[in-house]
Amino acid sequence: MSKKLLSGPYLVWMAGFTVIPLLLIVYYGLTDRTGAFTLANVVSIATAEHSKALWLSLGLSFVSTLICLALAYPLAMILRKRGVGRGSFVVFIFILPMWMNFLLRTLAWQTLLERNGVINGILTALHLPPQTLINTSGAIILGMVYNFLPFMVLPIYNVLCKIDDNTINAAQDLGANFWQTLTRVWFPLSVPGIISGITMVFVPALTTFVISNLLGGSKILLIGNVIEQEFTRGSNWHLGSGLSLVLMVFILASMALIAKYDKNGEGTAF
Amino acid sequence: MKRNVTAVSLGISIAALALLSGCGGSASSGNPGSAGEVYVYNWGEYIDEEVISMFEEETGIKVIYDMFETNEEMYPVIEAGGRTYDVVCPSDYMIQKMAENDMLAEINFDNVPNIDQIDPVYLERSKSFDPDNKFSVPYCWGTVGILYNTSLVAPEDIPTKWSDLWKETFSGEILMQDSVRDAFMVALKSLGYSMNSESRAELEEARDLLIQQKPLVQAYVIDQVRDKMIGGEAALGVIYSGEMLYIQEEVESQGLDYDLEYVIPQEGTNVWIDSWVIPKNAKNKENAEAWINFMCRPEIAKMNFEYITYPTPNKGAFELLDEELQNNKALFPDVDSLDNCEVFQYLGDEVDTIYNDLWKEVKSN
Repeated sequence: MSKKLLSGPYLVWMAGFTVIPLLLIVYYGLTDRTGAFTLANVVSIATAEHSKALWLSLGLSFVSTLICLALAYPLAMILRKRGVGRGSFVVFIFILPMWMNFLLRTLAWQTLLERNGVINGILTALHLPPQTLINTSGAIILGMVYNFLPFMVLPIYNVLCKIDDNTINAAQDLGANFWQTLTRVWFPLSVPGIISGITMVFVPALTTFVISNLLGGSKILLIGNVIEQEFTRGSNWHLGSGLSLVLMVFILASMALIAKYDKNGEGTAF
Repeated sequence: MKRNVTAVSLGISIAALALLSGCGGSASSGNPGSAGEVYVYNWGEYIDEEVISMFEEETGIKVIYDMFETNEEMYPVIEAGGRTYDVVCPSDYMIQKMAENDMLAEINFDNVPNIDQIDPVYLERSKSFDPDNKFSVPYCWGTVGILYNTSLVAPEDIPTKWSDLWKETFSGEILMQDSVRDAFMVALKSLGYSMNSESRAELEEARDLLIQQKPLVQAYVIDQVRDKMIGGEAALGVIYSGEMLYIQEEVESQGLDYDLEYVIPQEGTNVWIDSWVIPKNAKNKENAEAWINFMCRPEIAKMNFEYITYPTPNKGAFELLDEELQNNKALFPDVDSLDNCEVFQYLGDEVDTIYNDLWKEVKSN
């Protein structure tokens, strides 16, 4: 009895802030303005503009996830090799920006990339031609990588720390070279962290609309922008919810991935 | 109209402070709350907070002040009625939508004698969304125009009309408004159509024009037009006239070597009006009318104008301003330069959907 009582606040929390909002999205997504059942909102993902926005989002977040992985894995290995512990300085430096507001960090990039921004200022001072950096797909990818990199580093780092040194030593004693150790020992043992990192970067990158607004100059329409616009400007919550349901498919798929590869919850970020 | 996100959050904290001090300070004449309450729902950063405490002290009515950022965000709040507001400040087309959906109460103008301070010109303009002037009292107004950088635009290229925003010479130098109706207003007006067009053919023509313009556009932004133009990021930007005072002051105080000038294009533009209205479910209607009346008092309207810097429709307040401000054509344009101008109207959900879909086609192109 007392145990049930203790779970009360959590149940209320889950119901109030997860289950009910989700049900509301499902309700809005499957009805039209008159409240009648319709699949039109969900099916509208197939229209040229929406599917283009979705593919673009998938493409950009795929590229940023790959870049994050390529940057994070070696970094996590270095951190582990240094023997720096959990609260170490280097990890601290990596987490530090996460304490600052996401919006501010992205605005800071805007100041750096602008035509009269810091980077172009340095280029001009060196008598190099200024570059068009902002309002491009590249700028959006940069913003995604910058903002989401810690979410890739931490789970991989956590998983690598749990690998016993003896396992690595054994592999080397048995004659495995660096590549063999990497592909046969490091990678297989760190899959939970990699998968968790990929999910934690891919999902927010897929749904972002702030980064494409601020660094893409709103010239590049991502699926997150479409949904945001339906809610804040278009006053069409039904369409926005319908498209959110479509996006949820990708989120569920990545959760299924985690469940498959990270059964023990090893690859958690914190 | 649209305000800076950071500015709004700052505004909220300031307002919270103002409210706290309003509650704490037990004024001699009117003890706030002694004459009931009034629930006010206004744009962020859209009032001089000092005015709120002055109102509380004078009338003894306690003000509960909340803010919204877009009309579209405000509407469902009023519609749902979970929290009832007594007085709200939406824009023109949204007032029309609320009136059509029977959400507004008629204002008893016996309680708002200061209505005679409002220049009749604006009451006349208000008729396009409030035909009998019975639901709304104008609070701020303004135009939308082109802001250009004198050092980046050659004298012969100085824009005079919307179609100048399609000139190849301005490639990568144009900042457009990132909102459906404003963007379509620019295209529709340059084609000579009404900005309240409901004709699919006209709207598609406007869409094609916007798609054609897209390669020339540096970015679609809203609040950032102001800061990007001050920073010299672009040569031209579509902007709300209310930002002009701030811009002129910044240019001066930063000692920039260029000027930013504002033009109302020949084809005509959007004249917007934000007005006070009373929702039908208001619980303190008379207090709301006292609030509106207070806002129409010239000295108060002047204080608010100095804080918000958006043009005031209050002729009493206008007369109190410095001559230099009165002659500021960006803020208070000549009446005849507004001949071709229109006020946004609510076109119904279906036409709104057409606008939104066509805008998405522009953005995804």
